[in-house]
Amino acid sequence: MAVKIIESCVNCFACAPVCPSKAIYEAKPHFLVDSKKCTECEGDFPVFQCASICPIEGAILDSLGLAINPPGSLTGIPP
Amino acid sequence: MQLPVLNDASSHAEHGKKGGCEASSCGTTETQMDAIPDSIREKIQNHPCYSEDAHHYFARMHVAVAPACNIQCHYCNRKYDCSNESRPGVVSELLTPDQAVKKTMAVAANIPQMTVLGIAGPGDPLANPERTFETFRRLSEEAPDIKLCVSTNGLALPDAVEELAKHNIDHVTITINCVDPEIGAKIYPWIFWKNRRITGVKGAKILIEQQQKGLEMLIAKGILVKVNSVMIPGVNDQHLAEVSRVVKAKGAFLHNVMPLISEPEHGTFYGVMGQRGPTPEELQDLQDSCSGDMNMMRHCRQCRADAVGMLGEDRGDEFSLDKIEDMDIDYPAAMEKRKVIHQAIQAEMDSKRLEKTAKAEQQKQQPKLITRPVLMAVATSGQGVINLHFGHAKEFLIYEASPEGVRFISHRKADQYCGGDSTCGDGESTLQLTIRALAGCEAVLCSKIGYEPWEMLEAAGIAPNGEHALEPIEEAVLAVYKEMAVAGKLDDVPESVRAVA
Ligand code: SF4
Ligand code: SF4
Ligand code: SF4
Repeated sequence: MAVKIIESCVNCFACAPVCPSKAIYEAKPHFLVDSKKCTECEGDFPVFQCASICPIEGAILDSLGLAINPPGSLTGIPP
Repeated sequence: MQLPVLNDASSHAEHGKKGGCEASSCGTTETQMDAIPDSIREKIQNHPCYSEDAHHYFARMHVAVAPACNIQCHYCNRKYDCSNESRPGVVSELLTPDQAVKKTMAVAANIPQMTVLGIAGPGDPLANPERTFETFRRLSEEAPDIKLCVSTNGLALPDAVEELAKHNIDHVTITINCVDPEIGAKIYPWIFWKNRRITGVKGAKILIEQQQKGLEMLIAKGILVKVNSVMIPGVNDQHLAEVSRVVKAKGAFLHNVMPLISEPEHGTFYGVMGQRGPTPEELQDLQDSCSGDMNMMRHCRQCRADAVGMLGEDRGDEFSLDKIEDMDIDYPAAMEKRKVIHQAIQAEMDSKRLEKTAKAEQQKQQPKLITRPVLMAVATSGQGVINLHFGHAKEFLIYEASPEGVRFISHRKADQYCGGDSTCGDGESTLQLTIRALAGCEAVLCSKIGYEPWEMLEAAGIAPNGEHALEPIEEAVLAVYKEMAVAGKLDDVPESVRAVA
């Protein structure tokens, strides 16, 4: 059980400090989630913290590989 | 986010007696300074960000230490620096607090005119409290002669006030685009608040409450607060007069309205949805209508989050990371040198202020003109004189000449309407963009100008003028104005003015 950051990440840094498990680290070409550390925020928060502050639609996937913030959900720009 | 620039505080001395000076050379209007208490006036009198004459002599810089942001603005594409104060499309080199401290001291030692250090981005400084406060803490200890300032969207401000007060922060800029959550929802799609993403009116309401609370807390602590607003036609343009009233009532000392800059290629919500920015005339009208009840700061230049240098110049390249690594800075020695230079500049500024007062007195004796006001653009690289080649000007200072005298209106960037020199795909040359940025001006004063721009400016109804090279700006503008009056050019109202009026 872990979320995943994919290549649409713009390296904005917002997610790393809010992760309760310190699972997110800066990497090239984009930030990554340490899948061994990620708890999906279980026990700490009812929602994924990283995906609640990430400004980029589709940059973070859940364990099923689905975008937690699907196109149009954040910017309001129709997909 | 990022820090802005300059307005006039000069007129302080002159403004005791209304009359001759008011506009004539002070670069400010009475409303701008008269409402300000003496304690604040003192603070901003020589401030490179807030004093219109000081900004010809002193410089500010920003360090990009704060990447994260806790809200979304519809005019921001988070791939770039915070758009609240930086130009769109700019990416700053992210620094660690340690690198930022080194860079600041390197610049301060090499450019003694640099007196203000701001943290404004590339995200929201207060959404990166550790990085931001570490930088401030070290600078206030190691380089105590540098003023510190910070810009924020306001969401995390109430929690930061205590810490800011500790670091001797000179001033704080809050970007406040609205005081009405319904309007806010059209500008801010979401905020990150108490571990959740909150969208729509609810999110906007929290953001507005935090901004206002933070503003009140800063004022209570005696910290200067400036408010920035982005003018978004059809969204908050009608509402900003109200914003002005509210923030002034709470004690903000300046309100600066900046234009929305929006292009589809920026990939922002507004850019993609075709939301336009204001024209220079619309912006000025709003600034004029607000200045009646607010100390409106007119010279924010939306400088970049990592800009270094004076008046729109950028010497950032001289202080790149690898270059500062090699510099060995003896800051205490530099501080001594800086002090001497600052005193010399101060003396020059004081004598120029006196001169201006005297000239204004003289002018009062002369018969008053009854001609209409005219806008002129000026190319300068500092020292208050016309000393820049038209083609080298990255921005212009806009002055208004009228029978009341000459007053500073705003800065306009030459490439304001362009995402960057190479990215504008619509085939408009830099020159065309520059001429578009000068819309509404009837003359442009510079040290020299080439043949091609000369012709194009004339065709656009803007008279090029290279006859006042190295002359003081306000005198030159007045001289050109008088020439225009004598030539009978000011008798009838030109079409462009009529359309606006
Ligand atoms: S889901 Fe929670 S634990 Fe996992 S990376 Fe995101 S913030 Fe960290
Ligand atoms: S918040 Fe999103 S875009 Fe920003 S670094 Fe994390 S994953 Fe990347
Ligand atoms: S405050 Fe707004 S403009 Fe600044 S970085 Fe955040 S979203 Fe962008």
